[in-house]
Amino acid sequence: MNIAVCVKPVPDSKYYDQIKIDPVTKTWDRSGIPTVISDLDKHALEAAISIKEKHGGKVAVFTMAPPTMKDTIMQALGMGADEAYLISDRAFAGSDTLATSNILAAAIRKAGNFDLVITGNESDDGSTAQVSAQLGEWLEMPHVMNVTKIDCDGSSIFVTAKQDNGSIDYEIGLPAVVGVTRKVNKPRFVSIMGLMKAKQKPFNVFTANDIEPDPNFVGLKGSPTQPGGIASPEMGRKSEKIDGTPEEIAKRIVDELYKAGIK
Amino acid sequence: MEIQEKKNIYVGVQTTQTRDIRDFMMEINSYKNILVFAEVGDDKVCENSLELLGEANRLKTMRNNDSWVIAAMVGNDVKKYAPTLFGYGADKVVAFDSPQLENYRSDLYGAALAGIINAYHPEIVLIGATALGSELAPTVAAKLRTGLAAHCTALKILENGQFTQVVPAFGGKVLGDIYIPNHRPQIASIKAGITKKLDFVQKDGVVEDFSCELKGFDRMKVVKVEKVHETCKSLTEADCIVVGGFGIGSKEEWTKLEDLASLLNGANGCTRPVLDAGWVSNEKAMIGTSGIAVRPKAYLGIGVSGAAHHTCGIKDSGLIISINKDENAPIFACSDYKVVADYKKIVPALIEELKSRK
Ligand SMILES: Cc1cc2nc3c(=O)[nH]c(=O)nc-3n(C[C@H](O)[C@H](O)[C@H](O)COP(=O)(O)OP(=O)(O)OC[C@H]3O[C@@H](n4cnc5c(N)ncnc54)[C@H](O)[C@@H]3O)c2cc1C
Ligand SMILES: Nc1ncnc2c1ncn2[C@@H]1O[C@H](COP(=O)(O)O)[C@@H](O)[C@H]1O
Repeated sequence: MNIAVCVKPVPDSKYYDQIKIDPVTKTWDRSGIPTVISDLDKHALEAAISIKEKHGGKVAVFTMAPPTMKDTIMQALGMGADEAYLISDRAFAGSDTLATSNILAAAIRKAGNFDLVITGNESDDGSTAQVSAQLGEWLEMPHVMNVTKIDCDGSSIFVTAKQDNGSIDYEIGLPAVVGVTRKVNKPRFVSIMGLMKAKQKPFNVFTANDIEPDPNFVGLKGSPTQPGGIASPEMGRKSEKIDGTPEEIAKRIVDELYKAGIK
Repeated sequence: MEIQEKKNIYVGVQTTQTRDIRDFMMEINSYKNILVFAEVGDDKVCENSLELLGEANRLKTMRNNDSWVIAAMVGNDVKKYAPTLFGYGADKVVAFDSPQLENYRSDLYGAALAGIINAYHPEIVLIGATALGSELAPTVAAKLRTGLAAHCTALKILENGQFTQVVPAFGGKVLGDIYIPNHRPQIASIKAGITKKLDFVQKDGVVEDFSCELKGFDRMKVVKVEKVHETCKSLTEADCIVVGGFGIGSKEEWTKLEDLASLLNGANGCTRPVLDAGWVSNEKAMIGTSGIAVRPKAYLGIGVSGAAHHTCGIKDSGLIISINKDENAPIFACSDYKVVADYKKIVPALIEELKSRK
C-alpha cells in the first residue's frame, strides 16, 4: 500500500487571537507565531502510518509551501512517514484551493502510484475544507470527507462519514481520497528518535518544471477566487460591568434577559 | 489577450476551449439567476437551505429583481418538497429525482448538481455548509473549474455589480473579501444561522424535472446509513442560549447549566473543549468555526474564554452577557454585560431568581 498524505504547514492556531491586521498596509501580521502541521493533518498521518503498519508499503508526505517550511515537514517524517515531497515554486504563489489541489494532484501523479490519498478535512488557517474533495476530482478518484473512522483490507477502504443527521458508511475500492476529522484517531507523538531517523529519509523537491498540472489553474493568475481586502470582524460591545452580591447580580441578569424578550 | 477557461463540462466529458476575451465577457453575461442547492435531510428541507433561499431573495433585490431564485433538489422522491421551497422564496424548483440518488455520494451528487448548473447557467450558486454541502460544494466547483468561497459570513453586491463573498480565516480572527471575476458560476457555501429565511407564504411555481447521465465509480458503495434523531431543542430555534465553556469544570457541574437553560426556555450550547471532554454529547451544541453559528435573542456565556473560533459564531446574537472569573477574558470585549466572578456563586442565585419569578 502506497499512501500519500497532504500536510499543510500553518501558523499555530493557539495564537490566532494574537493575529493583528496592520491598519496601514491592510495585511495581517503573524510575526512571532510558530509554524506547525495543521491539526487534522496529524490525524491524516496517523491514519496512513497505521494502515502501512498493517499492510506494508510506504507513506509519502506532500506539501505545497515555500522552502522555509522544511522543518515542519521533518516533523511529519519524524512521526513515521517514509519520504517527503516539497512542492515549491514562485509560480504557485497565490493559488486558491482549486489551484492548490491541481498542483498537489500533479505532484502525487508524478511521484508514483498511490493507492490512497489522505488529507485533513480542513486546514487550521484557511479552514476552507475544499482541497480534499477537489484533489479527488483532479485525480479522478472517488473521494469522501468528514471521515470519522477508516479501515483498510489492502484493496478497499471502509469509512464512516459524519453527516448532519447521522452518518454514512462507504466501501470504496482503491485508489481513493479521504479527508479525516479529529474523531478518526489519536495521533502519535514525534519522538527524538523519530526526528533523528527523519534526517535519513528521502526529501524531494518539486518545482513547476517537474510536474504537469493543468496550466490554466496555477498560482494567483490561475485561481478563480481572487482575494480582496481584509478586515477584523466587528465584535466590540459596551461590556458594562454588573456588580453586587450574587443575588443582586442574578436579579440584574434576569432583568436584562427579560428585557431582551426572554420569558 | 486571450483567456482560457474550461467549458462544456458534462459529466465525464471535458473540453478546453481558447476564446477571445470578448466572447468570454458575453459568456459571463449569459450566466444569470441565483441557484440554491436545497438539501433534504430527515424527511424535510434543511433549515440551512431555507435560510439560503431568503439570502438569494435579498441578492435578487440587489440585482433589481432581474433574476430568478432557482432551488435545485437532488435525491430520490424529493420533488414533493417543492411547495416548501416556493413558500420560502423559490421562483422555480428544479428536481433531479433518481433511485441512484437515494443516498448521498460525492460522485453522483456532484455529477447531478454539476449537470443542473450546466443546464441552467446560474450566475451565483449558494450551498449550505452542512456536512454534505461542505463536500458537495468543492466537488462541484472542481468539476466546473470555477471558484468557491467557503463558509461565507456575508454576501454583498457592490455598486458596480460585483458579487463579493466575505470569508473567515484564522478561526474567524480575520475576514477577507473574495471575488470570482472570470469564472461562472460564483459559488458560496454558508453555514446554518448566518442568513435569514423569509416568512412562509403559500405560493405556486414551476417545477422542472431534470436528469442527466450519472457517471459515478462502480467501486464506491454505500454500505450503511445511520440517522440520529434530535431529542433536544435546536440552538438555531432557541431564543435564549446558555453556553458553558471549559471553565464549568466537570460533567456534574454541567447539569446546572441544563437547569438554567430550561428555566429560560432556552437551549444549551458549548465550546469545543466541552464537547471534547464529553460533558455534552450533542455535537450540534458546539458554537463557532467548526460548529454552528447562532443568533439568539440572548446569549449567556459561562466559563467561556472567548476565542475567535467561538465568538465568530455568536456575534449576531441580540444580547450577550458573560460570566468569567478572569477580568481579562476576551469574551468580555464582545459582551453587552460582564460579570467578573466565580460562576459557582452566580448560577445558583440565577436559578433561585428565575424560580422565584415563575
Ligand atoms: C481549528 C480549530 C477550530 C476550532 N473551532 C472551535 C469552535 O468551533 N468552537 C469553539 O468553541 N472552539 C473552537 N476551537 C477552540 C478554541 O480555539 C478555544 O480553545 C475554545 O473556544 C476555548 O473554549 P473555552 O472558552 O470553553 O475554554 P478555555 O479557553 O479553557 O476557557 C475557560 C474559561 O473559563 C474561565 N473560568 C474557569 N473557571 C471559572 C469559574 N469557576 N467561574 C467563571 N469562569 C471560570 C476561565 O477564566 C477561562 O476564561 C477551535 C480550535 C481550532 C484549533
Ligand atoms: N498547501 C498545501 N500543502 C499540502 N496539503 C494541503 C495544502 N493545502 C491544503 N492541504 C490539504 O488539504 C486539507 C484541507 O485544507 P483546506 O481545504 O485548505 O481546508 C489540509 O488538511 C491538507 O491535508
